[in-house]
Amino acid sequence: MANYAGPVKLVKKVTPGVLALRKVVDDVHTDARIAKKEGKLVGWSSSKFPCELAAAFDLNVMYPENQAAGIAANRYGELLCQAAEDLGYDNDICGYARISLAYSAGKRAARKYDKETGEFIIDPATGKPLKDAEGNVVIDEATGKPKKDPKTQSPYIELVDLNEINAMPDGIDKERALNAISPIRQMQIPQPDFVLCCNNICNCMTKWYENIARMHNIPLIMLDIPYNNTVEVSDSYVAYIRGQFDLAIQQLEELTGKKFDEKKFEEACANANRTAKAWLKVCDYLQYKPAPYSGFDLFNHMADVVTARARVEAAEAFELLAEDLEQQIKDLESTCPFPENYRVMFEGIPCWPKLPALFKPLKEHGVNVTAVVYAPAFGFVYDGLDEMARAYCKAPNSVCIEQGVAWREGICVDNQVDGVLVHYNRSCKPWSGYMAEMQRRFTADLGIPCAGFDGDQADPRNFNAAQYETRVQGLVEAMEANRQAKEA
Amino acid sequence: MSAIYTLGIDVGSTASKCIILKDGTEIVAKSLVDVGTGTTGPQRAIEAVLAEAGMAKEDIHYTLATGYGRNSLTGIADKQMSELSCHAKGACFLFPNVHTVIDIGGQDVKVLHIENGAMVNFQMNDKCAAGTGRFLDVMARVLEVKVEDLGRLGAMSTKEVGISSTCTVFAESEVISQLAMGTDKCDIIDGIHRSVAGRVTGLAHRVGIVPDVVMTGGVAQNSGIVNALEKQLGCKIHTSPLTQYNGALGAALFAYQVAARKTK
Repeated sequence: MANYAGPVKLVKKVTPGVLALRKVVDDVHTDARIAKKEGKLVGWSSSKFPCELAAAFDLNVMYPENQAAGIAANRYGELLCQAAEDLGYDNDICGYARISLAYSAGKRAARKYDKETGEFIIDPATGKPLKDAEGNVVIDEATGKPKKDPKTQSPYIELVDLNEINAMPDGIDKERALNAISPIRQMQIPQPDFVLCCNNICNCMTKWYENIARMHNIPLIMLDIPYNNTVEVSDSYVAYIRGQFDLAIQQLEELTGKKFDEKKFEEACANANRTAKAWLKVCDYLQYKPAPYSGFDLFNHMADVVTARARVEAAEAFELLAEDLEQQIKDLESTCPFPENYRVMFEGIPCWPKLPALFKPLKEHGVNVTAVVYAPAFGFVYDGLDEMARAYCKAPNSVCIEQGVAWREGICVDNQVDGVLVHYNRSCKPWSGYMAEMQRRFTADLGIPCAGFDGDQADPRNFNAAQYETRVQGLVEAMEANRQAKEA
Repeated sequence: MSAIYTLGIDVGSTASKCIILKDGTEIVAKSLVDVGTGTTGPQRAIEAVLAEAGMAKEDIHYTLATGYGRNSLTGIADKQMSELSCHAKGACFLFPNVHTVIDIGGQDVKVLHIENGAMVNFQMNDKCAAGTGRFLDVMARVLEVKVEDLGRLGAMSTKEVGISSTCTVFAESEVISQLAMGTDKCDIIDGIHRSVAGRVTGLAHRVGIVPDVVMTGGVAQNSGIVNALEKQLGCKIHTSPLTQYNGALGAALFAYQVAARKTK
């Protein structure tokens, strides 16, 4: 891929493609809420269940993994993880699962309010410093500390139970309690009428979804895609999965009372393929040096790939984003908010509750994430049910180490990375478990340094910013030593 | 041309160490205060090293801070670097043929791979305190012995006792159980040393052991750990009397590189 034709300008802007992607996810949520109100079925699905099957029945489906990531990024992760632990779930299981199970049980993060007046009670610790007309921080004479800007302050957050609120008699008290629930879309997802589970993404998923189905006494449609210890997917594997696809179709027919609509299915497959191609194209722009955007943005765009890949709007939005990036390259612009000095692959799911802490030392040292394994993991293209079965076998945690290394080393080379930053994610044992060997191979095969750090995708209690900063600084120093050695 | 004096300060979690170097080759003075970040330790260590050298702060051309508390010295140090690179640098100065550095500090363990005098890869422990200096502090307290005596006492062991837990809390209760059963303290200490060495060996194999292997950090003063590591890794481990100052030494050497470039 050709590089920029001249010096790159750093620009701060939200492009039409990004706006379109945000709208797609908003629409998915809005459609589900409307469907629920109209008495239609709303399901919950694991991220790599074949959404094309649900689309063939016009079903509205929400995604607990994506929801949990959003809840964690909005700093409600610890509250809901603890709520799940109070329900008896071990704190050693996946943070997404804990958040989802607590949500499924009716637990919600809500703003504290005065029961008499209904007014929210502001947490004085929140908010940004107040600035005067000249932009100087205003100091509180009484405390000697900066005053907080009241406009940016938010209420205390507490855990509430939706089932208890729903049991309240209709009236102002119930209305206030419902209104106090956090307005973020992830906290407004309707409870499920059915669940779709595919364990290609992890094994914890099986028990997680069984629990949800049992809590609500609703149907569970289960696809078992076992770990594959070879790079190729054998025909017997495909037959095993294809048989389950056929059964899932039958179960969906029984659930909806509709016949499987092949035309709609083909349309959904075409959209999913188109989304995948556009997604891959967007990911591939990170091959430019410097990259036209921060690779962290890809984590945000994941929401579209997960929740809407079978929608034509998702494909169109990614195509629009690809056009934006093409234009940026012509205009010699990058939306990365700092000059790119080093390029790394970020391995694993980000620590959503600690995104600013994760980003801070990277920005300080000019480290851009230019490769993530999500690109090949969600960028699969197929034709027909058998090929679809084969494609759904390839999820990050269901492939053998040789395949996993090949994926990652491929993007490390294509995207010209200088090092690898590995998140040892306490929530995801399968993913983190084989990273030690992968790290060893990256260094041996590609001659690049790797640094690992401990954290969690949803539970902030498992992350330590000081330890992370030392590891990032160490990685930067090793990348610099490597660069100087190569130049010498 | 007048001499260039540089100061390296390593603000660890349990101690603050300083070294003043002359022209990047000669150690002029060193100091160690037994408290680390968040205390008066760093300031006291700086004052002590300047006093030993008979110098004032103004005589120092460049100061570089490293260690867990390195960022707390903004305004005092001219630059901060990670303890990873500084330990690599210090070890290369003391042992020019080094390729692997094992550093056991107060709250972390690191294994560094060195090529041509620079760190090219590393591994660190996870969030758990097992195998760190803090782990040994806890065990010494339970055994009612001084941490500096662990090496000597462990050498007097006559019977192999296994401490299987890697978790500090579980290992502590295991040690208490052994004491309750009347097991000799020296045998327990030897078991603790082998337990720590086992955990560090696992980490070291992830990076790959390439001789010469050098151990740095305060724990390298414990001969019991060094011996247990040599047995488990199957290679000679080099240590230096300056082991505890190694991070500060590396910082002073990096400081010299910058100062020398500036004076050119």
